[in-house]
Amino acid sequence: MPHPYLPHTASDIEQMLARCGVDNINDLYSDVPTSLRLKDGYNLPESKSEMEVNAAVKALAGYNKPLVCFAGAGAYDHYTPAAVASLVARSEYLTAYTPYQPEISQGTLQYIFEYQSMMTQLTGMDVCNASMYDGATATAEAMMMAVHSAKKRRRVLVSATLDPKVADVVKTYAHYQDITIDVIPAADGVTDRAAMAEMLATGDVAGVILQTPNYYGILEDFDGFADLIHGSKALMIVNSHASTLGVIKPAGQWGADIAVGEAQSLGIPLSYGGPYLGYMCATRALMRKMPGRIVGATTDENGQRVFVLTLQAREQHIRREKATSNICSNQGLMTLYVGIYMSLMGAAGLREVNRLSSSNAHALAAKLQATGKMSLTYPDKPFLNEFVMTLADGITSAQVLNVLRDNGILAGVAIDDNHLLIAATEKRTNDEINAYASIVKTL
Amino acid sequence: MNRKLYDKLIFELSKPGRCGYSLPHGDNDDTLAQLPAGLLRLDAPALPEVDEPTVVRHYNNQSTNNFGVDTGFYPLGSCTMKYNPKINELLASDSTLTALHPQQPVETVQGVLEVYWNLQRALSEIGGMADFSLNPFAGAHGELTGMLVIRAYHESRNDSARRRVIIPNSAHGTNPASATIAGYDVVEVQSLADGTVDVEDLKSKLDETVAAVMMTNPNTAGMFEKNIPEIASMVHAAGALLYYDGANLNPMLGIVRPGDMGFDVMHINLHKTFSTPHGGGGPGSGPVGVRAGLEQFLPRPHVVKAADGSFSINCDDCSLGRVSSWMGNFSVIVKALAYIMTMGNDGLCQVGPLATLNANYVMNALNDLYKQPVAGPCKHEFVFDGLADKSTGVTTLNVAKRLLDLGFHAPTIYFPLLFHESLMVEPTETESIETLDNFIAAMRQIAIEAHETPELVKSAPHDTPMAHPDETEAAMNPRLTYSDLCK
Amino acid sequence: MSNLYFLPTHEYARVEGNVAFIGISKFAAAQLGNVVYVDMPEEDDEVEAGVEFGAIESVKAASDLFSPVSGTVVEVNEALADNPRLVNEDPETNWIIKVEMSNPAELEKLLSPEAYEKVCEAEKH
Repeated sequence: MPHPYLPHTASDIEQMLARCGVDNINDLYSDVPTSLRLKDGYNLPESKSEMEVNAAVKALAGYNKPLVCFAGAGAYDHYTPAAVASLVARSEYLTAYTPYQPEISQGTLQYIFEYQSMMTQLTGMDVCNASMYDGATATAEAMMMAVHSAKKRRRVLVSATLDPKVADVVKTYAHYQDITIDVIPAADGVTDRAAMAEMLATGDVAGVILQTPNYYGILEDFDGFADLIHGSKALMIVNSHASTLGVIKPAGQWGADIAVGEAQSLGIPLSYGGPYLGYMCATRALMRKMPGRIVGATTDENGQRVFVLTLQAREQHIRREKATSNICSNQGLMTLYVGIYMSLMGAAGLREVNRLSSSNAHALAAKLQATGKMSLTYPDKPFLNEFVMTLADGITSAQVLNVLRDNGILAGVAIDDNHLLIAATEKRTNDEINAYASIVKTL
Repeated sequence: MNRKLYDKLIFELSKPGRCGYSLPHGDNDDTLAQLPAGLLRLDAPALPEVDEPTVVRHYNNQSTNNFGVDTGFYPLGSCTMKYNPKINELLASDSTLTALHPQQPVETVQGVLEVYWNLQRALSEIGGMADFSLNPFAGAHGELTGMLVIRAYHESRNDSARRRVIIPNSAHGTNPASATIAGYDVVEVQSLADGTVDVEDLKSKLDETVAAVMMTNPNTAGMFEKNIPEIASMVHAAGALLYYDGANLNPMLGIVRPGDMGFDVMHINLHKTFSTPHGGGGPGSGPVGVRAGLEQFLPRPHVVKAADGSFSINCDDCSLGRVSSWMGNFSVIVKALAYIMTMGNDGLCQVGPLATLNANYVMNALNDLYKQPVAGPCKHEFVFDGLADKSTGVTTLNVAKRLLDLGFHAPTIYFPLLFHESLMVEPTETESIETLDNFIAAMRQIAIEAHETPELVKSAPHDTPMAHPDETEAAMNPRLTYSDLCK
Repeated sequence: MSNLYFLPTHEYARVEGNVAFIGISKFAAAQLGNVVYVDMPEEDDEVEAGVEFGAIESVKAASDLFSPVSGTVVEVNEALADNPRLVNEDPETNWIIKVEMSNPAELEKLLSPEAYEKVCEAEKH
């Protein structure tokens, strides 16, 4: 039966079988024991036309109800300019694989190099790899990097203000490698510096993982942290949502050794959680300890500037069981999203996105407080585009989420029964903000 | 693609004062000024300043330096570079899917959860498994997750003596790396001359300290491990689990299911077997499946279906916990499901046989000029150990580079490690006999050139946007950013 | 009696008094090809016989470096940081680390140049 993706005609197959010296394709599988063979195909529906598949998937999409998004918690509803979507669809980019053959892969290599350059600017670090799967796995890889750099110390501290999903992934990776993860307590919504100093004093810490803006949206003050952490020979790892780095002090300027995080906020659609992009940047001293692909510049025989995958000796295909990470790919195309987004936005555009998001978030916080139904949990702490609200007595997170949902609004993310984590981006309008507040008022 | 390199970087097109964005003015007060100065950047990041038309031209021009499946034949062994259907892209970019925040309440994302559920069920059917987690982001991530499932399983039985994983020396490099990251010690098992696992050697290494055996079937030499039933019973008798690296699942479609071969845990590369584009290295997707009895060890969160037909997300504690922030690369999952729906049972059952036919056709058309180290029909891919005539000094690398001149992507080279001059070809089922004939002609031409004009082959490529790069220089003086270039 | 000792993993120890100069053999340097980076320990670090103390990378390969002897690193060859290719030029002059030995008796367990030669012969096949 002809199929649009299968070019073989009956006569093609005959001709090919003759070349192979067999009578039918089955003969090519004579080494597969018949007892194991699939007898009547799969218990799956038969093939469908493109129109039918289109209709069926569109029908599934129709069972969803997109809500006006005031949720963040690691995924942010920023605007993606039309040019991004248009360019990333180019099949020269989309249908290529890892650039093993630099002579015919300069497109991919060049955009990854541009991405690496932009991310080091944003994080204030020296070097950047070609990306990781997501912000959580990037953080877990940073944790492993710290342990490998420290050689014998196998204890890593994570702040209680780190996104709990990220902390969970870090713990999964650590557990089976006998790495101990200890949590630095939070005080008033931020990392408890005194507690951290005390935990570092034992001298067996390989790394410390911090986050700013932290899970509660608070901008943490890491002044003096680098000295404390380096004083006990540990690495300082700072996780930030990439877009916020357009205005807030980045890892490099705090003296961190590794910057990691989720870069979805730089032009990648929400898409129900993926594909996103984990970034990892580091100081030059740690360059050869970084996992994943790295693109570097060199020259070809004609003296042209060209780009290649470099420092590959670190990687799993060479090191096999000696490798310090098993990652053998990157989020390729997602770095293209980020590169194009940052090219369009520039530093001024990123600042503008943050200005708008922040002013919307602060306006919403003020209006929600004015309802008397909720109040800022950490009123004295600075925030950018995300904040935590404590609900008034008698009101639960579930109640707020349900009522707002019925009005087409995603109110945020419940931290527990009476705390709600709420975010705003440049996409939110005053009509939406006012609608949110006026519904809360009726609770 | 280009013959002349487009060599500009976006930074080199920048001019102060240009801008490529437009944003609303905003109705609310600027609050950035109220933030403590000590928490703000000391300086603006040095990003390019470029207008939109310049950005669009730049990335369009840059793309023409690239070769993709849509450009031409891409016989990269073990990567299954099949055609990426366009309808899948269209469906995955539907705004009612891309606009959804992963924390939307489950009752507002029933369509999304049904996509997950349908793919979990379809993959379970195709894999012969009980359940699948779609959370792993890539093949290597799937392997790691699968290894962690195995650790969680042994831990649940308080069997802490199992610290070793046995892996054939023909395995993909990720296998030993994934097992190591999962905290296991790796033991290699030798291959026989035909590339299949040495069962005697395996037997001698199996004991109560072995947690799992990782296998690829067909293996990286393209050969079916015909002793798999015996291997499976040996592994199970030793109390270990058998792991299936799904990188080579494509030729098995319509033929045999890993679960029926005796595998307990497996991963599938949606970007190989199920047609989702490779995107220059990602995003991929590496779902992990398990046989009945191991479902509780799959990572969370996980989509489940209630008796009333509604879908929800299981976030219960499980021993494995989380391997991702959310539930994997959702848009890749949409594409794979659309592919399975389009192909259907009848289409999928043709995939394996036609992929195998294509590989054997090419192998048989070239094995007089190239050295075929293992006899007999291959599956979806085959390995040559370089040119048959080694006297010309032309290497596998030279052949690969010369293919670029002739308009083809190179095969995988110097893998598997079983042979010195490995050249691994995987045509996939979506290539026509005409394309294969053109490739065969090119490979034959190169073999002849190796005799008549060996220098032409050794100095290839000649007709690509760039010549041979200096990789030593790149590794010795790493220049990894635009600021490194400006120094 | 030569003052040169080898591990089967291709590291040598050239002994002068109680100090061992540790590097990789000519054979290993040739096998690796152009060395692009040597990952070295720091002064005062302890090394242990048979245990890795660093790594050496060429464009296409990377190998761990194992110490033939136990002791304290008294000097690392900083010249290799700027020009790792010195290892290719003359691996036995361009040592990687200098170790004050804590247990010179360990030398007896190492290979003589002749015995090491046989290891290399075997690997060529």
